[in-house]
Amino acid sequence: MYAVLKNQLFSWLFQLRGPETGAIVLVQRRVFILPTRQGLIFAAALLVMLTGSINYTLGLGFVLTFLLGALGVNAMIHTFRNLANLRVTGGRARPVFAGESAHFTVHLENGGNTDRYAIGLTPDRKTESFVDVPARTVTPATVGIKAARRGILRPGRMTLFTRFPLGLYYAWAYLELDMHCLVYPHPANPGLPLPPAAATTGAGAEHGRGQEDFSGLRQYHVGDSPRHIAWKAAARDQGLLTKQFTGRAESELWLDWTLLPQAMGVEERLSHLARWVLDAHVAGLSYGLRLPGVTVDMAMGEAQRDRCLEALALYD
Amino acid sequence: MTDPKQHIAWHHLLYLLLSITMVAAPHAERLPWWIIGLVTALFAWRAYLGYARLELPNRWLLFLIAMGASIGVFLSYRSIFGRDAGVALLVIMLGLKLLETRTLRDAMLLIFLGYFLVITNFLHSQTIPTALFMVACTVVITATMVRLNYARAEPPFRVQLRAAGVMLAQAVPLMVALFLLFPRVPGPLWGLPQDAFSGVSGLSDTMSPGSLSRLTLSDAVAFRVTFEGEIPRRRYLYWRGPIMWDFDGRTWSVPRFFYNTPKVEASGEAVSYEITLEPHNKRWLFALDVPAMVPPHAFISGDFQILSSDPVNQRRRYEMRSYVNATYGVSENRFALRRALNLPAGLNPRTLELAQSLREKHGDDRALIEAVLQIFRSQNFAYTLEPPLLGENPVDEFLFKTRTGFCEHFASAFAVLMRGAGIPARIVTGYQGGDLNQFGGYLIIRQAEAHAWVEVWMRGRGWIRIDPTSMVSPLRVESGISAAVSRSEPLPMMMRDDFEMLRKLRLSWDYMANTWNQWVLGYTPERQRWLLSNVGIDNATWQKLAAILFGLAGVIVAVFTVLVLRQLKSQVRDPAKAAYLRFCDKLRRKGLPRAPAEGPVDYARRVEGSRPDLSPAVAAITRLYVALRYGTENSVAALRDLQARVKQFSA
Repeated sequence: MYAVLKNQLFSWLFQLRGPETGAIVLVQRRVFILPTRQGLIFAAALLVMLTGSINYTLGLGFVLTFLLGALGVNAMIHTFRNLANLRVTGGRARPVFAGESAHFTVHLENGGNTDRYAIGLTPDRKTESFVDVPARTVTPATVGIKAARRGILRPGRMTLFTRFPLGLYYAWAYLELDMHCLVYPHPANPGLPLPPAAATTGAGAEHGRGQEDFSGLRQYHVGDSPRHIAWKAAARDQGLLTKQFTGRAESELWLDWTLLPQAMGVEERLSHLARWVLDAHVAGLSYGLRLPGVTVDMAMGEAQRDRCLEALALYD
Repeated sequence: MTDPKQHIAWHHLLYLLLSITMVAAPHAERLPWWIIGLVTALFAWRAYLGYARLELPNRWLLFLIAMGASIGVFLSYRSIFGRDAGVALLVIMLGLKLLETRTLRDAMLLIFLGYFLVITNFLHSQTIPTALFMVACTVVITATMVRLNYARAEPPFRVQLRAAGVMLAQAVPLMVALFLLFPRVPGPLWGLPQDAFSGVSGLSDTMSPGSLSRLTLSDAVAFRVTFEGEIPRRRYLYWRGPIMWDFDGRTWSVPRFFYNTPKVEASGEAVSYEITLEPHNKRWLFALDVPAMVPPHAFISGDFQILSSDPVNQRRRYEMRSYVNATYGVSENRFALRRALNLPAGLNPRTLELAQSLREKHGDDRALIEAVLQIFRSQNFAYTLEPPLLGENPVDEFLFKTRTGFCEHFASAFAVLMRGAGIPARIVTGYQGGDLNQFGGYLIIRQAEAHAWVEVWMRGRGWIRIDPTSMVSPLRVESGISAAVSRSEPLPMMMRDDFEMLRKLRLSWDYMANTWNQWVLGYTPERQRWLLSNVGIDNATWQKLAAILFGLAGVIVAVFTVLVLRQLKSQVRDPAKAAYLRFCDKLRRKGLPRAPAEGPVDYARRVEGSRPDLSPAVAAITRLYVALRYGTENSVAALRDLQARVKQFSA
């Protein structure tokens, strides 16, 4: 009961409304501020100074105490300003393997004329990363979140905060951006050899070519390495095309769920399949992936690897 | 401060040391040498450890140093709780704290201690130069605090100085409101340490040969006076202070008890004026001879000495009224009169002899007094700031041998002669004269104008002021002390009449200092009430004050917030668009302006048609721009790429 009430209070107070798509502008209602421990010590020091000024009738003591008191109030506005009106958009997160850290990037756009310093981003109040956002720029801030399990990782509620300029206040805003990161299964240790491949017809024609040998252009797919994009073609207004290269050998290799021992659990199988995908990619093979209900067609290259790993990550 | 537990960097340490040295430095002139040495050593040690990136010393070692230093302070000051001992301890502890400052959190504590040290400087001096220096200290400390709070790139220190200066300047309006309206309570809240107000000069409750002439070496201000009407002529400006009845052959002293309330028969109108008395740590308040009223929190004794109920240990302002011509003490207490005849037996025999012979010659008191004054006038007496030392019977030696002296010698000798001849006499000390500050229209009375004169009592006429010094040196009373002493005498520069420019400068400075004293340092509960009643708020209780203060502070903060946050609104276009517009501008200058309704893609096609050589660059820029502005692309890399391409583009 208490927990429910507390939740209600918090979601009203902090305007928690679940993941938001698009940009979040930190309007004043979204930025919260409280004194830090240093701020409280500062206030206590001012009280002592005030008492001293009264006791010794120090005119200048009053001046200094009140000046610092006003500075304290002023600092609150400055700390608030350091965070307010930032425009926050979620960036893309590169897929990672389970067990690694997923790096979520948030773009902080400062449209105003004042530089913002020491803006921290933390997903869990334990790991923090700090950026400066000069006036009229967009600066990415990245935090790493441990990706424990395969699937889709969402960063959850992140906190954007600052103590600048005096460290007397802690201003923060909650960010629930609609961001996600694909987490591939953790690849098993190398051990199981790749299943035997069936040679394809016409494979011999391409035999002997180096991996960097150009073999043609195809439509760009998301995930293709930018190094392989045919920029010249793009400049000629032919749309984005990806250069294709052929490896030494091209033989049909099916990485099949059913090839793995029956005794293996689901996660273990996915883990082994991930290892196979990586091995096959490194070996420069053309391969396909068969999972119960999902099939990835035969292909090769980085895009193929990513497609296969994605299928493994999202398998359920 | 990114993470309070983060270790401080070398440059943080450097600026911490700078700030603390700045605030601690003014204390150096008052601290014993060993504390200065110790603290300097601690600072240098910490600087070295920080520079060489070495471990900080063991806590136990620091504890031992702290114990040793506390004992040292106790031995030096005979206390560890007094004001000066407290400051000494604070400075030492600051050095020790520096040696265990590892993290940003510790550094912040040091900053707060630094602010506190600023205030301890005010215990000793609250002048305008001190205030200016302390403003500089506060800016540096605040800038150091800003520096502790950067996360990544640290701009140069002057950027932080400016930031601190701006923030402090922005704090001024609220500070002024707080200063004027914060309900003031008269201090002190509790008993102050004994040494709270030491080190002030002024008259004392005894007078022996040489005590006043020592005071003349000081051009410190004793008090300032603003007259309501015209300033009385200089020879009436006798500022009455402690009155001495008891004489032990060498030293005159103020009695410990007083006789009944006196009576004044006034003749002529009273002059009204306001005195701002510098603290002198004694109870008497000065007034023009003879006071016609008693200021609040004070009473008047039988010999017209105004005594404050507490020692004057802070600047004090009071209104006064005096009769310049008055008869007083006609019906004097007979015990008082007997006391005014007491002389120590066996001392100064030649003086008493002289007094007896004069008494035999002149039956009339007035004739006798005139005869004594005639002696002073005619017998080659000299007025000097550096009188020779006197021995066992100082009055005898002065009257018959040295014949050179300062006002206390003349007054003392005159009073002894009077008493010897049976005329009741007492010594009045105080100040004579005053220096007009034409900028502020007030009189400055300095310690150098300390003076002593005599009052004798005559039946039917009461107490009459007689200034024997004026017999010897009429200029002392008519024109002031600078005219009365020769140029070679060690009078303070301010008391001299030469250096006219310098004097003017000093006077205008004194005017500023006086305004400062009246309004900043002397902003007492009374002045606060006076100010509020001037703007129409009478009987301001503290609740009323607090309400006004909160209202005003709220308005100030609200206005300030609006002003500060207004700058935040996005006034700038999309940076991608800004880059693209720069690109269009480059083309326009080459005679290829973009038509008002032309889209980027159409425009690019047209440009490529007329300038095929530009084709790749134009296409790439257009594609990036379209992707950034209308597409899904939002990476910083793409934006940077666009900006770089636009920069390199030349038609």
